[in-house]
Amino acid sequence: MNPTDVVITGIGVVSSLGLGVDAHWQALTGAAPKPVLNGERFAPYTVHPLPEIDWSTQIPKRGDQRQMETWQRLGTYTAGLALDDAGMKDDEALCASMDMVVAAGGGERDVDVDQDILDTSLTRNDHDVLLNEKLTTELRPTLFLAQLSNLLAGNISIVHKVTGSSRTFMGEEGAGVSAIETAAARIRSGQSSHLLVGAAFQTEHPDMLLAYELGRYLQRGGWSPLWQRRPEDGGGVITGSGAAFLVLESREHAEKRGRSAYAAIGPVTSGRARRGGDGLQEALESMVSGLSDSDAPMLAISGASGAHEVTKAEKAALDGRGNVTARGFSSLTGHMKEAQFPFAVALAALAVHHGEAYPAFAEGERPFEDTPEAVLATAVGYNCFEGMGLVVKV
Amino acid sequence: MKTADSFGRPLVAVTGMGVVTSLGQGKDENWAALTSGRSGIHPITRFPTSHLATTIAGTVDFLPESKRGASPLTYALADLAAEEAVGEAGLPAADFGGPLFLAAPPVEIDWHHRLRLYAQSQRAGDWRSLIEAAREADEAELFGESQFATIADRMAEKYGTRGLPITLSTACASGATAIQLGIEAIRRGECDRALAIGSDGSATAEALIRFSLLSALTTQNDVPEKASKPFSKDRSGFVLAEGSGAMVLESLESAIARGAEILGIMRGCGEKADDFHRTRSKPDGSPAIAAVRAALSDAGMSEDEIEYINAHGTSTPENDKMEHLSLSTVFGPRMPTVPISSNKSMIGHTLSAAGAVEAVFSILTMREGVIPPTINYEIPDPAIELDVVPNVKRQADVATVLSNSFGFGGQNTCLVMAREAG
Repeated sequence: MNPTDVVITGIGVVSSLGLGVDAHWQALTGAAPKPVLNGERFAPYTVHPLPEIDWSTQIPKRGDQRQMETWQRLGTYTAGLALDDAGMKDDEALCASMDMVVAAGGGERDVDVDQDILDTSLTRNDHDVLLNEKLTTELRPTLFLAQLSNLLAGNISIVHKVTGSSRTFMGEEGAGVSAIETAAARIRSGQSSHLLVGAAFQTEHPDMLLAYELGRYLQRGGWSPLWQRRPEDGGGVITGSGAAFLVLESREHAEKRGRSAYAAIGPVTSGRARRGGDGLQEALESMVSGLSDSDAPMLAISGASGAHEVTKAEKAALDGRGNVTARGFSSLTGHMKEAQFPFAVALAALAVHHGEAYPAFAEGERPFEDTPEAVLATAVGYNCFEGMGLVVKV
Repeated sequence: MKTADSFGRPLVAVTGMGVVTSLGQGKDENWAALTSGRSGIHPITRFPTSHLATTIAGTVDFLPESKRGASPLTYALADLAAEEAVGEAGLPAADFGGPLFLAAPPVEIDWHHRLRLYAQSQRAGDWRSLIEAAREADEAELFGESQFATIADRMAEKYGTRGLPITLSTACASGATAIQLGIEAIRRGECDRALAIGSDGSATAEALIRFSLLSALTTQNDVPEKASKPFSKDRSGFVLAEGSGAMVLESLESAIARGAEILGIMRGCGEKADDFHRTRSKPDGSPAIAAVRAALSDAGMSEDEIEYINAHGTSTPENDKMEHLSLSTVFGPRMPTVPISSNKSMIGHTLSAAGAVEAVFSILTMREGVIPPTINYEIPDPAIELDVVPNVKRQADVATVLSNSFGFGGQNTCLVMAREAG
């Protein structure tokens, strides 16, 4: 017990499974949880789509909603859920002094403008002039801001008045890991007292799928459970739209305002293991050992992407410990890129809070009968970077 | 020499610096140009400028990667600045042994690649063709360009930085944020040193058009070197530019222990987000004011102790007015006598790199005892009463600098640097 322990006092989560912590806890602890899928819209790719969202419940001004593309709206909405959950939403002073770290991608381009340019390019050779012509006349002036990485944080400042500080990390799953790791380190060292951290990913846009498929990472043969995906169906990743934001506070800060916490964030570790060969599996094994040398049964909330090699390496590293039982949530939510690690930490915190483990998310996951007291959260990048953290009882 | 600040935290020294701008490669070339008041702004030749309102920029055109797209150029710029900085610090070239913080522009697949992929696709009139062509092509380089982690990953590999490298964006404050993250990591005792880089090679046609559509760029194309005129009455927008700045940050204790030359001290950093508007700042300037005050307070210094200000000074009507208002509020009646100059008058706005580039120039200002001028200051704005070190460099004994960085999305970050540990 330390006054600068990092406690989680607010959680906002959105995925195809629903809105908020209660919807997720129910969906994930019910008998045989089922994924929500859309296999037609982006066929041959399957996605886990966003649920219906009344944006105005967290983003009251229509003008604000119009200034954002879906990804920013999703993040701003989910950040609002987390602030609400922490009882901070309407506390101007707390929000004005609150720090923020957001892990962001970006680039929701205008599909129609781009397609028009692509099609016209087939009939002309002066492509550079074509770009100038089309982009100067067709682009919506504010679209740039609506797709700019740091403007998710910018919109959270505008809509929710979180203005202590604002930093945006970029870089797929690793950005989500670094966001949580840095946020926790700042609180633990006294550099921050309360902090909003999280990420959002909206997959229902061709460019989002394109970025994975340039590296042949997507599964093309319909849905299958995370740990059972086959190379003949493609790269193994099925994506999903979703977001996770957490309100973190020092124990002292939370206690002073009489707020109880879901759980605490213990040690967090990250790395940049060389891919290919056994390097990743060995790195993950030593990461787990570094976080916990206990032989007691441990639940792991895995952000495994489904990408074949790295998912196999993570499974081997976790199974090899003997005492770790993994739940791969991407089976049910899809891969949410930057949001994978914040989402893993959120689900881990809920399990610690309820004192109850999740049933198997998909076939092939072993039952876990014990009361989870320390839950491992993981996110191993489909292409690079990896991280883990322990979420523990307050 | 003391190695902790007044709060008991490790003092952070700068032991290596590197820089590339349109003025040239390396500190020597840049400093010579900067102190002789030379501009790096020129007509754009990288792509045709027909249909464009702005036809000038501060692009870096002298590298082999200059025409290969935003990602390869951003990497090359980061690499050159890092090489100079790590070399100056006297650290091993491939075993840096501390974390990497990289400020870089958000990545997108270059249009030329998009067009090429589509040309080799089924051309069926929707995005499926493009994705299918991408999958068929299976080009590792192209995939790398679509991933935000790639540049930092390659830099980490080359320089042997430790752990998961962080890529960040706080818009036009990014370079300063990279330095701030390095300072904080050293203060937390996580590392003895950190490599902080701001790099931006993203001056593509589309980037130019995007800023144009927001009315952020000047259209004074006729005499390019005179287009960027911070604090002048006839300023009309910023000039898009490219560049990079790198700093080796090191705990003073560790720097002394290994006998490194101390180039300067990072005394403090501060930030404050603005909740007013996506591109405009709060009319009362309160967030910028709070950021300056936060940096001073983090440095344990009073405003009287700042001897020179390296301005954000973009040359947009809005920024320069707001920067003046904020500084006047913090510095009070002393403000008109505090020298303040804008490097952007010569190099343009290097966006994600600006905070790092200008931090390098701030340290050089103290070391050389020379303040680079604000050029093109011919028609002063009567509403902005400042000593902008107009047009000609000034010899001055400068022991402390405040450097401002303000960006879209309400980003405000300030750094306080000093010549000595104090």
